[in-house]
Order: sequence, then C-alpha cells, then structure tokens
Amino acid sequence: MDMIARYLSLHIENMTGAVARVAGRPLGSLMTTLVIAIALVVPAGLRVMVDNARALSGTWQGAADFTVYLEMAVEEPAAEALAQQIGQRNDVERAELLNRSDALSEFRAWSGFGEALDLLDENPLPHAVIVRPAGTGADLDLLVRELDALEETALVQLDTEWLERLRAILDLARRVLYVTTVMLGLDLILLIGNTIRREIGNRREEIEIIKLVGGSDGYIRRPFLYLGLCYGVGAGILAALIIVVGLGMVASPARALMELYGSNYRLAGLSLADAAWLLGVGGFLGWAGAGIAVARHLRDIEPS
Amino acid sequence: MIRFENVRKRYPAGREALRGVSFRLEKGEMAFLTGSSGAGKSTLLKLVALIERPTRGTVLVANQNTARVPRRRIPQFRRQIGIVFQDHKLLHDRTVFDNVALPLMISSLWRRELRGRVRAALDQVGLLRYENQFPLSLSSGEQQRVGIARAVASRPQLVIADEPTGNLDPGLSLEIMRLFGRFNDVGTTVLIATHDLELISRMGYRRLSLAAGRMAVPAAEPG
Repeated sequence: MDMIARYLSLHIENMTGAVARVAGRPLGSLMTTLVIAIALVVPAGLRVMVDNARALSGTWQGAADFTVYLEMAVEEPAAEALAQQIGQRNDVERAELLNRSDALSEFRAWSGFGEALDLLDENPLPHAVIVRPAGTGADLDLLVRELDALEETALVQLDTEWLERLRAILDLARRVLYVTTVMLGLDLILLIGNTIRREIGNRREEIEIIKLVGGSDGYIRRPFLYLGLCYGVGAGILAALIIVVGLGMVASPARALMELYGSNYRLAGLSLADAAWLLGVGGFLGWAGAGIAVARHLRDIEPS
Repeated sequence: MIRFENVRKRYPAGREALRGVSFRLEKGEMAFLTGSSGAGKSTLLKLVALIERPTRGTVLVANQNTARVPRRRIPQFRRQIGIVFQDHKLLHDRTVFDNVALPLMISSLWRRELRGRVRAALDQVGLLRYENQFPLSLSSGEQQRVGIARAVASRPQLVIADEPTGNLDPGLSLEIMRLFGRFNDVGTTVLIATHDLELISRMGYRRLSLAAGRMAVPAAEPG
C-alpha cells in the first residue's frame, strides 16, 4: 500500500514537474506545441472533411433513383403489375409507378409548357417506373441492363453516374487520408523526439549528476516521457481548438452553398469522441517520441 | 570495504593510469589517497564508483566484485556509495535542500522521512539555515559542504571524495577534512584523494600513496 502511494506520488511529482517545465518557458513551449498541433490538425481536419462529404453523399441517396420509361402501348394495369414485379427484386429497394396522367400534371407544373400541352389531343407521356436500387456499382449495372431488356421497357434513364464517381473519389480520399495520417504520425514522433533530444542536451549535467548519485535509467527517463506526453496532449487540445474554430469559420458559407443545392445538410463538427481521440493520439505519440529519443540519447550521457 | 587486486587501467587513448595496484581498505577505516596529479588517484576512485571499469585485475567494493555488476545494476551499486567532487557538482537550479534530497528522491523515500534526513544531513555540515538558498549564493566552502551533505544524506557505508579541498584555503580545508573525520567516527568508511600532504600530515589517518600508477610502499608514517 505504502509502496503504491510512494510510486504514485513520484509520478504525480514528475507530471507536475513536466507541466511546470512547459509553463516555465511559455513562448518556446507554445511554438513547439503549435508545430506539433499543426501536424495533428492536417489529418484530423481532413478526416472531418471526408466524413462530412460521405455523410452528405449519403443524404443524396434519392439522387440514385432512376426512371424506366415504358412503351406507349403498355396499359396501366400491366404497368402496375410490372412496377410490383420490379419492386420484389432483391437488388431493388423500392419501385413505384408514375402513371402517365400524374406525370403529365407534374410536367405541366414544373416545365412551364402548360399552355402548349393543352394544345395536344392526348397525353404524350408513357407510364414510368421509378426505381431505387439497393446496390451500387456492378449490381446496379446488371439491374439496369436487365430492366432495359424487358419487353415493356422503352428507355432506362440513369443519371447517377456522377454520384458513383463522387463515391469513388471519396474512397480515394479516405485512402489518401490514411497514408497522410501515418506519415504525419511518424513526423510527429520525430518532432517530439527532436524536442526531447534538445531538452536532454540542455540537462546533460543534471543527468550526469543523477547518474552519479545512483538514479536509475527509469528515474531519469520519466520526466522526459512526461514532457513528451505533456507536449502531445497539449498539441491535441490545441489541434481540437484549431479545428473547431476552422469549422466555425466555414460553417456559414457551407450552409449557404448547401441551400443553393436545396439541401439542409449541416456540417458535422468535431465530435467529443474525435476530440478525445485527438488528445489520446497526441499523448501517445508524444510519449512514444520521447521514449525513442530517451532510449537513443540517455545512454550516451555517462559521468566521466 | 574496498579491495583492489593487481588492478590495471589503460584508457582507450593508450595512457596507462594504473599499473597493478593492490590494497585493502577495511570497513570503518578512513584513509587518504595521495600522489601528484596524474598519479592515478582519480582513476582509482572512478573504479570504485564504477564510472570506469578496470582493464585487468579485480575491484571489490562492499564484497561485490564490480566486474559482476552489469550496467543496469550500476545505479543500485552507486547508492551504497556517497561521492564528493572537487567541483561540487551541484544542480544550480535547485535549492540546497533539493540538492541534498536528490539521492533520497531517487530511492523514492517517503516525503516526511526525506525531510528529516535532509535536514539532519544539512545540520551535520552546519548549513541548515541555508536550506532554501540556491547553491550559487553560497561560498565555495559552503557549496562543498552541501556536496558532502548530499553524499551522506542516504547514509552510505562508503564515502569517497576526489580532491574535496582542491579549491579551498587551508583553514576551510581542515574544517572539511574534520567533517569527514566525524562521519568516520560513526562508522562510515572514507577514502579521500588529495595532494595536500601538509594538511593530512596534521590529521594522522592512514595514507595510500600512488606514484606513476603504482601503490608506493607506505612511507614512514607516524604510528
């Protein structure tokens, strides 16, 4: 019990010592923390952007609908039956009949050709089935081909290719994000490692003396590890702040843009879990960077 | 407490600092290690503190063969030795108290206990009133006493000192040596390297003379 309390108090001492050391040189520490924070902001900010884009493309599910125009000769009951038949396919989420008279009134309302239509003797529009596919990619291609091959089909109009492309681009962006994250993570370890290496250099004499009076490697290592942790967590907090402020700055123009596209999508901010992740990753990388630096440089310092 | 058996030390540069040194220092004994500069005094002390390792021969400290102490066990090994340096080796950004507390903090001594031990050590060297000062505000002699307090704070069984009076005037030097004498009186084994022959001739402890890397036959000593 006593041992645990002693051990804990030693760690608390080291932690407060590290914080004091960082706070003792506010400007230098801020610069270091800022540099590390920026290395964190880039992947985290990209992640927020990609997540937003994915969520947004998800809300455009409606745009994946396509229309199967039927031959003029197909009568309403047959069209109704066909719509039901299509709706029962596994690769179709929903199929709805757009009957020709509804289509006409809709067209009249939206197209502005109302008066011109009045001149026609009969409705020029066929029945149509609006299909919401369940799958994408190859599944969708197959579905379209099969529906096109039906006797009753006059034309399948698919204008969702751009959405497919967007999804492909987003998948690519995610891949790029992973690579960037790994690279910047490595960068961060090096950055913190370098900071700690300098700190070790500055405290060379102190380390020598501690070794002379019998300080173990663990005892000497600990303050540096806490310093790395401190920089990492501090940079994590700073990075979270930068992202929140940055999102705040783009939120209103983004909303304006969304409104132009008739969407009421709201930009998702940095979630609490994301922020915790940022702090955790920052702290871990800080600790790891310090650990590597300490392992490499502490051995070189021996009293003589 | 210390036993050297035919110890040789050759530095990588090729200089041979010790050329076959053998001697014993018994538990509770105090001795001066003398010799002109370059005679190998510092090297001998470094071998005791495992700052250096012998090229040949055996060094035993507190019944441990130093050759069998691996690198990672060195800290523990050093904790049984108090070391005093000519240049004090104090940490200037820490108070006198914190400097003396260093070896105790390393062995993660409980705060309350630590406080008492540090103050006792400072009291023994007569510097208790300076516990909250920084080393640079003290005189050289006082700084050396802080160094001594640090060396004895963890109550080691062996204290070694390398020219502890090297920068001090004769009056202060005698005072420092008497301080070591007092620690010896309570059972601590003490080995002090010095070239101040006049000073030690007035104190009458055993003398080990090094000359050109060899232990000279003890000169005719009083007693």
